[in-house]
Amino acid sequence: MRIAVLSGKGGTGKTLVSVNLAAAAKISTYIDCDVEEPNGHLFFKPENIQEEEVHVRIPKVDGKLCNGCRKCVDFCKFNALAYIKDKLIIFEDVCHSCGGCILLCPEKALTEKEKVIGKIQKGASDQVTVYTGILNTGEPSGIPIIKKLLNENKPERNKTIFIDCPPGSACIVMESIKDADYCILVAEPTLFGVHNLNMVYELVKLFNKPFGVVLNKCLDGENPSEQFCIEKNIKIIGRIPFDSALGMLNSNAEIAVRKSERYRTIFSFLLETVKKEVHHETTSNS
Amino acid sequence: MKIAIPVDEKSLESNVCVSFGRAPYFLIYDTETKESIFLDNGAAASTGGAGIKAAQTIVDNKVNALLTPRCGENAANVLKSADIKIYKTAGISAKKNIDDFISGKLSLLDEIHPGFHGHGGN
Amino acid sequence: MKQLLILSGKGGTGKTTIASAFIKLSKAKAYADCDVDAPNLHLITKQNSLPKKTDYYGLPKAEIDIELCIECGQCMQNCRFEAISADGKYKVDPFACEGCGVCELVCPVEAVTLKPAVAGELLLYTDGEKVFSTAQLKMGSGTSGMLVTEVKKQMKSAAADVEFAIIDGSPGINTAAKFGVKTAVCINKFDTNMQNTEKIENFCKGQGISLLGRIPFDLDAVKAINNGQTIVDIDCASGAAVKAIYSKTMELLFEEGGGLRS
Repeated sequence: MRIAVLSGKGGTGKTLVSVNLAAAAKISTYIDCDVEEPNGHLFFKPENIQEEEVHVRIPKVDGKLCNGCRKCVDFCKFNALAYIKDKLIIFEDVCHSCGGCILLCPEKALTEKEKVIGKIQKGASDQVTVYTGILNTGEPSGIPIIKKLLNENKPERNKTIFIDCPPGSACIVMESIKDADYCILVAEPTLFGVHNLNMVYELVKLFNKPFGVVLNKCLDGENPSEQFCIEKNIKIIGRIPFDSALGMLNSNAEIAVRKSERYRTIFSFLLETVKKEVHHETTSNS
Repeated sequence: MKIAIPVDEKSLESNVCVSFGRAPYFLIYDTETKESIFLDNGAAASTGGAGIKAAQTIVDNKVNALLTPRCGENAANVLKSADIKIYKTAGISAKKNIDDFISGKLSLLDEIHPGFHGHGGN
Repeated sequence: MKQLLILSGKGGTGKTTIASAFIKLSKAKAYADCDVDAPNLHLITKQNSLPKKTDYYGLPKAEIDIELCIECGQCMQNCRFEAISADGKYKVDPFACEGCGVCELVCPVEAVTLKPAVAGELLLYTDGEKVFSTAQLKMGSGTSGMLVTEVKKQMKSAAADVEFAIIDGSPGINTAAKFGVKTAVCINKFDTNMQNTEKIENFCKGQGISLLGRIPFDLDAVKAINNGQTIVDIDCASGAAVKAIYSKTMELLFEEGGGLRS
């Protein structure tokens, strides 16, 4: 089963939940899709890392064939091409790799070359296989990296995969949840948290994904995110208490499940709940 | 020679625009004929690569020097390839900057910033 | 206009909490929320009027006219973003479409065209005295850079005479620091991990970055925010710390040297 963990807002606990669920499941795969600022590997400290570069195709020009017609410059929606003093300049960081200019060039002066935009790393932390996606600074889109991460982890029987999504609800988040069987929405008990919970709630509904909410940093008193779930009839599948001991473990990049009996229990219980929910979804859909 | 300067309005009394790539208009001033024309900046509505497109417009209009408060590295790349010198504006009056340039008071723009890479400018 | 920009590399560190407190303390007449993916500032700053809304157009999206489509599959084959599917009819997934125009280019019967697409909304609140500029990016939209620029532009044109503005920045890597603009740091929730706090402070000292102060973790801050108040509206430890940091920030901002980022 593939479980995506998301939240509308940064700092709510996506990584906390996905890392600890993966650790609680013992044998599992953890995929960090927050490619602009991956954090999961700081907790897992994976070993035996294998790396693979991620490429996209970008144009290169044969100056001898180019006749300066500028059809490519005019076509490019991303303004990645300029024609100056009888030379075509290609801006690699701006190019979105659509291949349009190459198709278009009447002189066949444009061909393609590979450009590295980032990499994926695969390592092991106990029995958790840890995948990390890293996008190089300045690159426009992390989507090719997420595609590669998820292609390497096609759904398989008996394989449990946790996907740590980027925050927000932009296209990069959509890519991360595309093939998920179930989505866990993590929410914090603040006014800001509930506003952003609403965003990802709309997103998972749009994609027709089964989902449940984990309330993190729970305190006594009113919890606006809990109120939201009650109003919208959303299933709350877990509650993690606000706990400075947990905060300390987290800020020291320790995996709570591996260091604390209390959290081993909390996350194991959450894992069982998630498994039940996924099972319930698959049987009710078959 | 022809000088270009990014401006907020189509008027000689206009202020210099803080952004080059997303300026609504460019004022092109010819030091010999003393004539000015205003160009619409097609790059203003671009979601990305605005500096590049703006710079292409400047190059296509046979400008010799650009006066601007700042310039991103992609735009600077285009302008340098075309041998267009970039000068740093001082103060907000477009007209005064042109006068200052002509009297040699403006200096070359040294700090080319790394560009916003789709994350917005200020 | 002097601008104070509040940034952090990671979400959830407290930008909006601090920005709203600073806005209250400074009685700033102009402020903006540039976290266009997940704007939160409007939940705390109290607006008395309805905002002026402007559609923000991002990259155009492709649309297939099924009356003209001959189902040759050229568009699907050439789309690098897997945005076209043929489940019976040929269709473009607007969330995957990047507006590159290749499908429009290759279609032999002109059945595919790029149409303008609303990618978000700009909001401008003006109530006589204050100007608040913010925006919301629509779900599934791509790069937000231009919308961020529009938010700042909107604020500046609505508040041209204002001398001081506060901007709640978006989380993530910001190249603003490379501008040679003054940068200062304050540490939030510092007492949750004294070791890391000291590491941050040592790093700043090593790099010559001004340290403005430390704010303790404070549950009363949560209560204030959940009541729609800033942390300086109530009597609490984090509010007191922020007041001190605010004074120091204003000192640095208005001394010679120009804009300060913190």
